[in-house]
Amino acid sequence: MATSGKQHTRLGEQAWNKMSKVNAEFFALTYGAMVMQLVQDFEDTAAVNAQLDTMGYNIGVRLIDEFLAKSGTGACADLRDTAETIAKVAFKMFLGVVAEVANWNADGTAFSVVLYDNPLIEFVELPPQHCELLYSNVLCGVIRGALEMVQMKVECRFARDVLRGDDLNEIRVELKEVLAEQMDDQYFEGM
Amino acid sequence: MFLQLFIINKSGSLIFHQDLSPAAPRLSSNDSLRLGSTFHSLHAIAAQVAPIASSGIEKLETATYRLRCLQTLTGAKFVITAQPNTPELEVVLQGIYELYTDYVLKNPFYELEMPIRCELFTQHLEKLVERYNAASR
Repeated sequence: MATSGKQHTRLGEQAWNKMSKVNAEFFALTYGAMVMQLVQDFEDTAAVNAQLDTMGYNIGVRLIDEFLAKSGTGACADLRDTAETIAKVAFKMFLGVVAEVANWNADGTAFSVVLYDNPLIEFVELPPQHCELLYSNVLCGVIRGALEMVQMKVECRFARDVLRGDDLNEIRVELKEVLAEQMDDQYFEGM
Repeated sequence: MFLQLFIINKSGSLIFHQDLSPAAPRLSSNDSLRLGSTFHSLHAIAAQVAPIASSGIEKLETATYRLRCLQTLTGAKFVITAQPNTPELEVVLQGIYELYTDYVLKNPFYELEMPIRCELFTQHLEKLVERYNAASR
Protein backbone atom coordinates (compact mmCIF):
# COMPACT_ATOMS: atom_id res chain seq x y z
CA MET A 1 0.00 0.00 0.00
CA ALA A 2 2.85 2.35 0.90
CA THR A 3 4.41 2.14 -2.54
CA SER A 4 1.14 2.69 -4.35
CA GLY A 5 0.44 5.67 -2.11
CA LYS A 6 3.72 7.19 -3.23
CA GLN A 7 2.85 6.57 -6.81
CA HIS A 8 -0.42 8.47 -6.43
CA THR A 9 1.45 11.37 -4.86
CA ARG A 10 3.92 11.42 -7.74
CA LEU A 11 1.14 11.37 -10.33
CA GLY A 12 -0.54 14.20 -8.46
CA GLU A 13 2.66 16.27 -8.56
CA GLN A 14 3.08 15.66 -12.26
CA ALA A 15 -0.51 16.60 -13.04
CA TRP A 16 -0.24 19.71 -10.89
CA ASN A 17 2.89 20.84 -12.75
CA LYS A 18 1.12 20.43 -16.07
CA MET A 19 -1.96 22.44 -15.18
CA SER A 20 -2.25 26.13 -15.89
CA LYS A 21 -2.51 28.07 -12.63
CA VAL A 22 -4.73 30.84 -11.42
CA ASN A 23 -4.17 33.15 -8.48
CA ALA A 24 -5.54 31.40 -5.37
CA GLU A 25 -6.86 34.63 -3.90
CA PHE A 26 -8.79 35.40 -7.07
CA PHE A 27 -10.22 31.90 -7.01
CA ALA A 28 -11.25 32.09 -3.35
CA LEU A 29 -12.83 35.53 -3.83
CA THR A 30 -14.75 34.45 -6.92
CA TYR A 31 -16.08 31.42 -5.13
CA GLY A 32 -17.01 33.59 -2.15
CA ALA A 33 -18.92 36.02 -4.35
CA MET A 34 -20.82 33.14 -5.91
CA VAL A 35 -21.78 31.60 -2.55
CA MET A 36 -22.85 35.00 -1.29
CA GLN A 37 -25.08 35.49 -4.32
CA LEU A 38 -26.71 32.12 -3.65
CA VAL A 39 -27.24 33.01 -0.01
CA GLN A 40 -29.00 36.20 -1.06
CA ASP A 41 -31.07 34.48 -3.74
CA PHE A 42 -32.27 31.51 -1.72
CA GLU A 43 -32.29 32.69 1.91
CA ASP A 44 -32.95 29.11 3.05
CA THR A 45 -29.58 27.57 3.96
CA ALA A 46 -30.58 24.03 3.01
CA ALA A 47 -31.49 25.26 -0.46
CA VAL A 48 -28.10 26.95 -0.79
CA ASN A 49 -26.36 23.75 0.24
CA ALA A 50 -28.37 21.80 -2.33
CA GLN A 51 -27.63 24.37 -5.01
CA LEU A 52 -23.90 24.21 -4.32
CA ASP A 53 -24.06 20.43 -4.56
CA THR A 54 -25.88 20.62 -7.90
CA MET A 55 -23.38 23.10 -9.28
CA GLY A 56 -20.59 20.82 -8.18
CA TYR A 57 -22.28 17.88 -9.86
CA ASN A 58 -22.47 19.76 -13.14
CA ILE A 59 -18.79 20.62 -12.84
CA GLY A 60 -17.87 17.05 -11.92
CA VAL A 61 -19.49 15.37 -14.92
CA ARG A 62 -17.33 17.54 -17.19
CA LEU A 63 -14.22 17.68 -15.09
CA ILE A 64 -13.76 13.91 -14.96
CA ASP A 65 -12.77 13.79 -18.62
CA GLU A 66 -10.13 16.45 -18.13
CA PHE A 67 -8.85 14.52 -15.16
CA LEU A 68 -8.63 11.27 -17.12
CA ALA A 69 -7.08 12.97 -20.15
CA LYS A 70 -4.40 14.90 -18.33
CA SER A 71 -3.56 13.06 -15.12
CA GLY A 72 -2.22 9.90 -16.73
CA THR A 73 -4.16 7.63 -14.37
CA GLY A 74 -5.96 4.71 -15.94
CA ALA A 75 -8.95 2.78 -14.66
CA CYS A 76 -8.87 2.21 -10.90
CA ALA A 77 -8.56 -1.37 -9.70
CA ASP A 78 -10.88 -1.01 -6.71
CA LEU A 79 -12.49 1.56 -4.44
CA ARG A 80 -9.30 1.94 -2.38
CA ASP A 81 -7.46 2.86 -5.52
CA THR A 82 -10.25 5.28 -6.42
CA ALA A 83 -10.12 6.92 -3.00
CA GLU A 84 -6.35 7.41 -3.17
CA THR A 85 -6.63 8.76 -6.69
CA ILE A 86 -9.24 11.32 -5.64
CA ALA A 87 -7.28 12.43 -2.60
CA LYS A 88 -3.73 12.41 -3.92
CA VAL A 89 -4.10 13.06 -7.64
CA ALA A 90 -7.39 14.88 -8.26
CA PHE A 91 -7.27 17.28 -5.32
CA LYS A 92 -3.64 18.05 -6.08
CA MET A 93 -4.31 18.57 -9.76
CA PHE A 94 -7.28 20.92 -9.43
CA LEU A 95 -6.87 22.56 -6.03
CA GLY A 96 -3.14 22.24 -5.42
CA VAL A 97 -3.61 20.53 -2.06
CA VAL A 98 -3.22 16.92 -1.04
CA ALA A 99 -5.97 15.21 0.92
CA GLU A 100 -5.77 12.06 3.03
CA VAL A 101 -8.00 9.01 2.87
CA ALA A 102 -9.23 7.81 6.26
CA ASN A 103 -12.05 6.15 8.21
CA TRP A 104 -12.87 3.17 6.00
CA ASN A 105 -15.98 1.34 7.08
CA ALA A 106 -15.85 -2.40 7.68
CA ASP A 107 -17.22 -3.36 4.26
CA GLY A 108 -14.80 -1.11 2.43
CA THR A 109 -17.65 0.77 0.74
CA ALA A 110 -17.31 4.14 2.48
CA PHE A 111 -14.35 6.37 3.20
CA SER A 112 -13.51 9.91 4.16
CA VAL A 113 -11.45 12.41 2.27
CA VAL A 114 -9.73 14.51 4.89
CA LEU A 115 -8.70 17.96 3.80
CA TYR A 116 -6.37 19.83 6.14
CA ASP A 117 -5.96 22.77 3.85
CA ASN A 118 -8.98 24.04 1.93
CA PRO A 119 -8.14 26.91 -0.41
CA LEU A 120 -11.83 27.86 -0.71
CA ILE A 121 -12.14 29.01 2.89
CA GLU A 122 -8.95 31.01 3.33
CA PHE A 123 -10.75 34.26 4.17
CA VAL A 124 -14.07 32.92 5.42
CA GLU A 125 -15.76 33.15 8.80
CA LEU A 126 -19.33 31.88 9.09
CA PRO A 127 -21.63 34.32 10.88
CA PRO A 128 -24.05 32.76 13.41
CA GLN A 129 -27.11 33.16 11.17
CA HIS A 130 -25.43 30.99 8.51
CA CYS A 131 -23.99 28.38 10.83
CA GLU A 132 -25.73 25.59 8.88
CA LEU A 133 -24.18 26.64 5.58
CA LEU A 134 -21.92 24.02 3.99
CA TYR A 135 -19.66 26.56 2.40
CA SER A 136 -17.54 24.14 0.38
CA ASN A 137 -20.41 21.81 -0.53
CA VAL A 138 -19.52 22.23 -4.20
CA LEU A 139 -16.67 19.76 -3.61
CA CYS A 140 -19.15 17.00 -2.66
CA GLY A 141 -21.04 17.60 -5.88
CA VAL A 142 -17.87 17.47 -7.95
CA ILE A 143 -16.88 14.10 -6.49
CA ARG A 144 -20.40 12.70 -6.94
CA GLY A 145 -20.65 13.91 -10.55
CA ALA A 146 -17.20 12.75 -11.52
CA LEU A 147 -17.65 9.26 -10.08
CA GLU A 148 -21.06 8.86 -11.67
CA MET A 149 -19.47 9.29 -15.09
CA VAL A 150 -17.21 6.34 -14.37
CA GLN A 151 -20.12 4.12 -13.33
CA MET A 152 -20.01 4.67 -9.57
CA LYS A 153 -23.03 6.03 -7.75
CA VAL A 154 -21.94 7.59 -4.50
CA GLU A 155 -23.37 9.71 -1.75
CA CYS A 156 -21.18 12.49 -0.63
CA ARG A 157 -21.49 14.93 2.27
CA PHE A 158 -19.45 17.19 4.51
CA ALA A 159 -19.02 15.34 7.78
CA ARG A 160 -16.71 17.88 9.39
CA ASP A 161 -16.01 21.44 8.42
CA VAL A 162 -13.39 23.79 9.82
CA LEU A 163 -15.78 26.71 9.33
CA ARG A 164 -18.27 25.09 11.69
CA GLY A 165 -15.68 24.62 14.41
CA ASP A 166 -14.21 21.21 13.59
CA ASP A 167 -10.46 20.78 13.49
CA LEU A 168 -10.41 19.53 9.90
CA ASN A 169 -12.53 19.15 6.78
CA GLU A 170 -13.91 15.69 6.19
CA ILE A 171 -15.90 14.68 3.14
CA ARG A 172 -17.67 11.37 3.61
CA VAL A 173 -18.05 9.30 0.43
CA GLU A 174 -20.30 6.24 0.41
CA LEU A 175 -20.47 3.91 -2.54
CA LYS A 176 -24.09 3.02 -3.24
CA GLU A 177 -23.92 1.11 -6.47
CA VAL A 178 -21.60 0.29 -9.33
CA LEU A 179 -23.59 0.80 -12.50
CA ALA A 180 -23.11 -2.03 -14.94
CA GLU A 181 -21.93 -1.08 -18.37
CA GLN A 182 -24.67 -2.20 -20.67
CA MET A 183 -26.53 -1.59 -23.86
CA ASP A 184 -29.23 1.02 -23.91
CA ASP A 185 -32.79 -0.14 -23.38
CA GLN A 186 -33.43 0.65 -27.02
CA TYR A 187 -31.04 -2.12 -27.97
CA PHE A 188 -32.90 -4.73 -25.96
CA GLU A 189 -36.27 -3.62 -27.23
CA GLY A 190 -35.09 -4.42 -30.74
CA MET A 191 -34.28 -8.02 -29.83
CA MET B 1 -1.46 11.62 -43.25
CA PHE B 2 -4.66 11.66 -41.24
CA LEU B 3 -7.95 11.25 -43.03
CA GLN B 4 -10.97 11.61 -40.77
CA LEU B 5 -11.99 12.02 -37.17
CA PHE B 6 -15.20 10.78 -35.58
CA ILE B 7 -16.34 11.33 -32.02
CA ILE B 8 -19.09 9.03 -30.75
CA ASN B 9 -20.86 9.63 -27.44
CA LYS B 10 -21.55 6.91 -24.92
CA SER B 11 -24.97 6.09 -26.30
CA GLY B 12 -23.59 5.57 -29.78
CA SER B 13 -24.50 8.78 -31.59
CA LEU B 14 -21.97 10.55 -33.72
CA ILE B 15 -21.40 13.96 -32.16
CA PHE B 16 -18.50 15.16 -34.30
CA HIS B 17 -17.09 14.41 -37.71
CA GLN B 18 -14.30 16.20 -39.49
CA ASP B 19 -12.27 15.58 -42.64
CA LEU B 20 -8.63 16.06 -41.84
CA SER B 21 -7.30 15.96 -45.39
CA PRO B 22 -8.46 16.61 -48.92
CA ALA B 23 -7.76 12.93 -49.58
CA ALA B 24 -10.52 11.87 -47.19
CA PRO B 25 -13.45 10.11 -48.84
CA ARG B 26 -16.50 12.35 -49.15
CA LEU B 27 -19.25 11.13 -46.86
CA SER B 28 -22.69 12.64 -46.64
CA SER B 29 -23.68 13.58 -43.11
CA ASN B 30 -26.17 10.70 -43.09
CA ASP B 31 -23.43 8.26 -44.04
CA SER B 32 -21.12 9.45 -41.31
CA LEU B 33 -23.90 9.23 -38.72
CA ARG B 34 -24.61 5.67 -39.82
CA LEU B 35 -20.92 4.83 -39.75
CA GLY B 36 -20.61 6.23 -36.24
CA SER B 37 -23.40 4.19 -34.74
CA THR B 38 -22.42 1.06 -36.66
CA PHE B 39 -18.90 1.31 -35.32
CA HIS B 40 -20.30 1.80 -31.83
CA SER B 41 -22.33 -1.41 -32.13
CA LEU B 42 -19.47 -3.41 -33.59
CA HIS B 43 -17.24 -2.18 -30.82
CA ALA B 44 -19.77 -3.31 -28.20
CA ILE B 45 -20.27 -6.70 -29.85
CA ALA B 46 -16.53 -7.23 -30.16
CA ALA B 47 -16.19 -6.62 -26.44
CA GLN B 48 -19.06 -9.03 -25.71
CA VAL B 49 -17.81 -11.95 -27.80
CA ALA B 50 -14.30 -11.74 -26.36
CA PRO B 51 -13.43 -14.95 -24.46
CA ILE B 52 -11.77 -12.89 -21.73
CA ALA B 53 -12.65 -9.33 -20.78
CA SER B 54 -11.70 -6.98 -23.56
CA SER B 55 -12.06 -3.29 -24.16
CA GLY B 56 -13.30 -3.77 -27.73
CA ILE B 57 -11.82 -2.65 -31.02
CA GLU B 58 -8.66 -0.62 -30.64
CA LYS B 59 -7.31 -0.64 -34.17
CA LEU B 60 -8.07 -1.81 -37.66
CA GLU B 61 -5.46 -2.22 -40.38
CA THR B 62 -6.30 -2.42 -44.05
CA ALA B 63 -4.25 -2.14 -47.23
CA THR B 64 -5.22 1.47 -47.84
CA TYR B 65 -5.89 2.98 -44.42
CA ARG B 66 -5.63 2.34 -40.71
CA LEU B 67 -8.06 3.17 -37.97
CA ARG B 68 -7.46 3.75 -34.31
CA CYS B 69 -10.08 4.04 -31.59
CA LEU B 70 -9.68 5.55 -28.14
CA GLN B 71 -12.49 4.77 -25.75
CA THR B 72 -12.41 6.95 -22.67
CA LEU B 73 -13.41 5.65 -19.25
CA THR B 74 -16.48 7.85 -19.48
CA GLY B 75 -17.64 5.97 -22.57
CA ALA B 76 -16.92 8.38 -25.41
CA LYS B 77 -15.05 7.11 -28.45
CA PHE B 78 -12.52 9.01 -30.50
CA VAL B 79 -11.93 7.33 -33.84
CA ILE B 80 -9.33 8.47 -36.33
CA THR B 81 -8.48 7.11 -39.76
CA ALA B 82 -5.17 7.67 -41.53
CA GLN B 83 -3.05 6.47 -44.43
CA PRO B 84 -1.23 3.19 -43.73
CA ASN B 85 2.21 4.55 -42.85
CA THR B 86 1.03 7.29 -40.47
CA PRO B 87 2.74 6.95 -37.09
CA GLU B 88 1.56 7.90 -33.60
CA LEU B 89 -2.18 7.62 -34.09
CA GLU B 90 -2.75 6.97 -30.38
CA VAL B 91 -0.67 10.02 -29.40
CA VAL B 92 -2.77 12.23 -31.68
CA LEU B 93 -5.98 10.77 -30.26
CA GLN B 94 -4.81 11.53 -26.74
CA GLY B 95 -4.06 15.08 -27.84
CA ILE B 96 -7.52 15.39 -29.36
CA TYR B 97 -9.09 14.06 -26.15
CA GLU B 98 -7.28 16.81 -24.22
CA LEU B 99 -8.50 19.44 -26.68
CA TYR B 100 -12.01 18.07 -26.24
CA THR B 101 -11.82 18.45 -22.46
CA ASP B 102 -10.59 22.03 -22.87
CA TYR B 103 -12.58 23.49 -25.72
CA VAL B 104 -15.75 21.40 -25.65
CA LEU B 105 -16.41 20.37 -22.05
CA LYS B 106 -15.27 23.67 -20.58
CA ASN B 107 -17.47 25.64 -22.93
CA PRO B 108 -20.41 26.40 -20.64
CA PHE B 109 -22.81 26.52 -23.59
CA TYR B 110 -21.96 23.04 -24.75
CA GLU B 111 -24.55 20.47 -23.66
CA LEU B 112 -23.15 17.07 -22.75
CA GLU B 113 -23.74 14.26 -25.27
CA MET B 114 -24.94 16.70 -27.94
CA PRO B 115 -23.32 17.35 -31.33
CA ILE B 116 -20.19 19.44 -31.01
CA ARG B 117 -20.32 22.83 -32.66
CA CYS B 118 -17.40 24.59 -31.08
CA GLU B 119 -15.32 26.72 -33.41
CA LEU B 120 -12.39 26.87 -30.98
CA PHE B 121 -12.23 23.10 -30.82
CA THR B 122 -12.17 22.79 -34.60
CA GLN B 123 -9.45 25.42 -34.88
CA HIS B 124 -7.18 23.77 -32.34
CA LEU B 125 -7.88 20.38 -33.85
CA GLU B 126 -6.75 21.60 -37.26
CA LYS B 127 -3.58 23.06 -35.78
CA LEU B 128 -2.77 19.85 -33.94
CA VAL B 129 -3.33 17.69 -37.00
CA GLU B 130 -1.26 20.03 -39.16
CA ARG B 131 1.61 19.82 -36.71
CA TYR B 132 1.64 16.02 -36.81
CA ASN B 133 1.19 15.92 -40.56
CA ALA B 134 4.17 18.26 -41.00
CA ALA B 135 6.31 16.17 -38.66
CA SER B 136 5.58 12.90 -40.44
CA ARG B 137 6.12 14.24 -43.94
